Amino acid sequence: MSNYLLSLAIWIPIFGGLAVLVAGWLGNDSKSRGLALLVAVAGFMVTIPLWTGFDVANGGMQFVELGAWIPRFNINYHLGVDGISMLFVVLNAFITIIVVAAGWEVIQNKVAQYNAAFLIMSGLMNGIFTSLDGILFYVFFEASLIPLYLIIGVWGGPKRVYAAFKFFLYTLFGSLLFLIALMYLFVQSGGSFSILEWHKLPIALGAQIWLFLAFLIAFAVKVPMWPVHTWLPDAHVEAPTGGSIVLAAIALKLGAYGFLRFSLPILPDASHELSGLVLALSLIAVVYIGFVALVQEDMKKLVAYSSIAHMGFVTLGFFMFSAMGIEGALIQMVSHGFVSGAMFFCIGVMYDRVHSRQIADYGGVVNTMPKFAALFMLFSMANAGLPATSGFVGEFMVILGAVKFNFWVAFAAASSMVIGAAYTLWMYKRVIFGDVANHHVEELTDINKREFAILGVLAIATLWMGLYPQPFTEVMHASVNDLLRHVAISKIQ
Amino acid sequence: MFDNFVVPNLLPAAPEIFLTVMALAILMIDLLVKDSRRTVTFVLTQLTLVGCAVIQFATSTGEITYTFSNMFVDDLMSDLLKLFLYMTLIIVMFYSRGYVIDREPMNKGEYYVLALFATLGMMVMISANHFLTIYIGLELLSLSLYAMVAMNRDSIQSTEAAMKYFVLGALASGLLLYGMSMIYGATGTLEITGIAERLYGGGVNKTVLVFGLVFLVSGLAFKLGVVPFHMWIPDVYHGAPTSVTLLIGSAPKLAAFAIVMRLLVNGLITMAQDWQAMLVILSVLSMAIGNLAAIAQTNLKRMLAYSAISHMGFMLLGIVTGVVSGDARYALNAYSSAMFYVIAYVLMSAGTFGMILLMSRAGFEAEEIDDFKGLNKRSPWFAGIMLMLMFSMAGVPFFIGFFAKFSVLQAVVAAGYMWLAIVAVLFSLIGAFYYLRVVKVMYFDAPADESPLTAPMDMRILISANGLAVAFLGIFPQVIMSLCAYALLRSL
Repeated sequence: MSNYLLSLAIWIPIFGGLAVLVAGWLGNDSKSRGLALLVAVAGFMVTIPLWTGFDVANGGMQFVELGAWIPRFNINYHLGVDGISMLFVVLNAFITIIVVAAGWEVIQNKVAQYNAAFLIMSGLMNGIFTSLDGILFYVFFEASLIPLYLIIGVWGGPKRVYAAFKFFLYTLFGSLLFLIALMYLFVQSGGSFSILEWHKLPIALGAQIWLFLAFLIAFAVKVPMWPVHTWLPDAHVEAPTGGSIVLAAIALKLGAYGFLRFSLPILPDASHELSGLVLALSLIAVVYIGFVALVQEDMKKLVAYSSIAHMGFVTLGFFMFSAMGIEGALIQMVSHGFVSGAMFFCIGVMYDRVHSRQIADYGGVVNTMPKFAALFMLFSMANAGLPATSGFVGEFMVILGAVKFNFWVAFAAASSMVIGAAYTLWMYKRVIFGDVANHHVEELTDINKREFAILGVLAIATLWMGLYPQPFTEVMHASVNDLLRHVAISKIQ
Repeated sequence: MFDNFVVPNLLPAAPEIFLTVMALAILMIDLLVKDSRRTVTFVLTQLTLVGCAVIQFATSTGEITYTFSNMFVDDLMSDLLKLFLYMTLIIVMFYSRGYVIDREPMNKGEYYVLALFATLGMMVMISANHFLTIYIGLELLSLSLYAMVAMNRDSIQSTEAAMKYFVLGALASGLLLYGMSMIYGATGTLEITGIAERLYGGGVNKTVLVFGLVFLVSGLAFKLGVVPFHMWIPDVYHGAPTSVTLLIGSAPKLAAFAIVMRLLVNGLITMAQDWQAMLVILSVLSMAIGNLAAIAQTNLKRMLAYSAISHMGFMLLGIVTGVVSGDARYALNAYSSAMFYVIAYVLMSAGTFGMILLMSRAGFEAEEIDDFKGLNKRSPWFAGIMLMLMFSMAGVPFFIGFFAKFSVLQAVVAAGYMWLAIVAVLFSLIGAFYYLRVVKVMYFDAPADESPLTAPMDMRILISANGLAVAFLGIFPQVIMSLCAYALLRSL
């Protein structure tokens, strides 16, 4: 059984999602919710042994599965996780439960299709995190666009069509160049799509730079990095709450993960050569997008821009080539999964009641929703990077890494702690505190048990990571050190 | 007086002979059919196609066999293409049956017989080893199709389309014949393998040869429907009755691929530098114009016509990368990828036109994109099938269209044409837009027409199988991919 854990993590949600679809089609649409939750929980259960059974001393791939898929092109069904990818599989399966629960009462239209789309996407994203074959990775990478396109387009807001198209075409554009890069590597390596073999493949610097740029476009769109980030605010604003949660918590991590799995180990020389470019783009994201977030009037847009800024921290951490930076970035990714997911859920809670996301339409929410206000406070603090929350650990580690790397980079990065606190807390103040702004706020009812449970679980995760990050960091050490050893060796011959 | 007459080996042509006999028999039997649904004619037609497949399978030796004084060849490539041809025709006949019954002028025995003759024409094209055989096959196919396009004789649109098709098709045939005559002048033979030998031997007038090649390629481009010889495609696809569009848009692509292989690869491989240079231009232009023009269409049939142009352009990429600076090392990989692309395209195209037929009913043609509005509310199942077909056409995994694009692109990259690969993916990005729009209409919009679908059960089952095959073969493309590679390995 334990040999097939990764396959189960991928295929339980996908086939479960198809089953939900059939159940909703043949049976009762709204009763398919129960089945969806069951599938999501089952999908999560099979990922727990990945963490508990993980050998922290081993930096290589674990739970490996290898079988021929398309021998004609030497494409294999090759799965495995290391310390870099394992946590994301668990996080993804966990977020899927949250998403199914988040749409429980809110989604009344085509419930089965809604849940099926999320479950299938969850399985596909597990596929992305665990693929060790370039084409297998690509196939999951691109196929995951379909469910999200439908989620935004079917259950989204008024400008959903525009947002869905923009999302799909932007990401497709990036990934098509990525596909050509994969084929180039296939030809260069004498006919192999194995990512692990590509790690050993010598490549001339010129070719590395071109490949790096192709990878950069694919991953930068997905992260998203400035200046190709503009699809994200649109997608977030128009997506239903569940879509925003998955987008922020998991989908954004795919691009960042791609840097660690492809760019750094396959193209170490180009990574060093072009690290200045990536660092510059990251710093622009951290500082400039932080200011952009400050002036937003739509809460979802504000959190979307704050996501871009937080992901800027992640890419910043990667391209300083230090253990502290990369581990900090990874922690930041996991933490952002919890915190941004929770932030979007909180906004969803208010939106479900008032049907507005404009900050100006709120004020004094604490008077009518005290429990909600308290939990929202915690997540806002975590988003701002307050110590004792998960948001602090990652940012702090990245800044520490940056201090060793270059003082001015560290200075710019640290300034974002201030900006982040400014935009998050200012929004919180305007929405939650003050006098009751209007009769909508006056009529608000506090969160129910379901909402409380979702926020409670996320709050525990956030605090746990903030107070005791050891279980998260210990799994990364060996793999990150392996990666760094790899990046230090030149591949130019 | 028959002393010198040697009975040719008929075995390699057994399916063609069987089909001819059956088609003539059906023409007679149909006179006696009283049933307005023409069940007997329909069943006999299908049985004929199944019979052809069985004979094809039984007589296949796997060796290259020439017969009729080297005018006709039977090899593994032709066996495989013909098997897919029969399969496509069986699907096409199933899909079009309900449509034809609902439209009086088309509901004739001739509809089935003409389809069989068109099939015969394609079979002859696939197995041709002689310029005249190619021409006979091509004309048999084209003349049958002209008649079928015009068959809905009360429709002005169809009649106009048939005229256009006929005039432009005749022009294309003329170009092809002219090119053939030039090459005959240069080499002194009409036999394709003979031409290859003469060219290999050297001493052939290159000027005449290249002159002929230009016309030959133009003629082929007409038949494939690639820019700048694509003008007939949108009008004919649009104007023809949808069941005929389905036929034109699917099976003939297999035959067109076959004659490209016969003429250019079997016959003129030594001139690869020259025709590859021409085809690269045609290919890039087709991807550009096909994809850009498709965006502007509101009629689904017209959109699919432009999409067909862009797909054929993409397929040509596999053919132009076979020989790189005189080195044919990549030829097998490249040609088999193009063959896989054609087969995948035919499968997708049949499904998509099948969906238009499924949505149509007596007196109503569901050929506007807006006719698919809110299909997800009317029938989630068929919306899902159409979704898979559209994403497959766009080249998104896990559908066969992705691996079709993949195999051609890897051939392009392996041959070292990076710029060509980048151009191809950029145009397929543009292409994704209009396929996504169909999905958008089905899923994001409210239905304009709430009436339930009326298609018969056999068609529903078959079109579901077609859609699922697009998904299944997208997850397990290995079998067809290696069949193509093996067939070409044994045939070239």
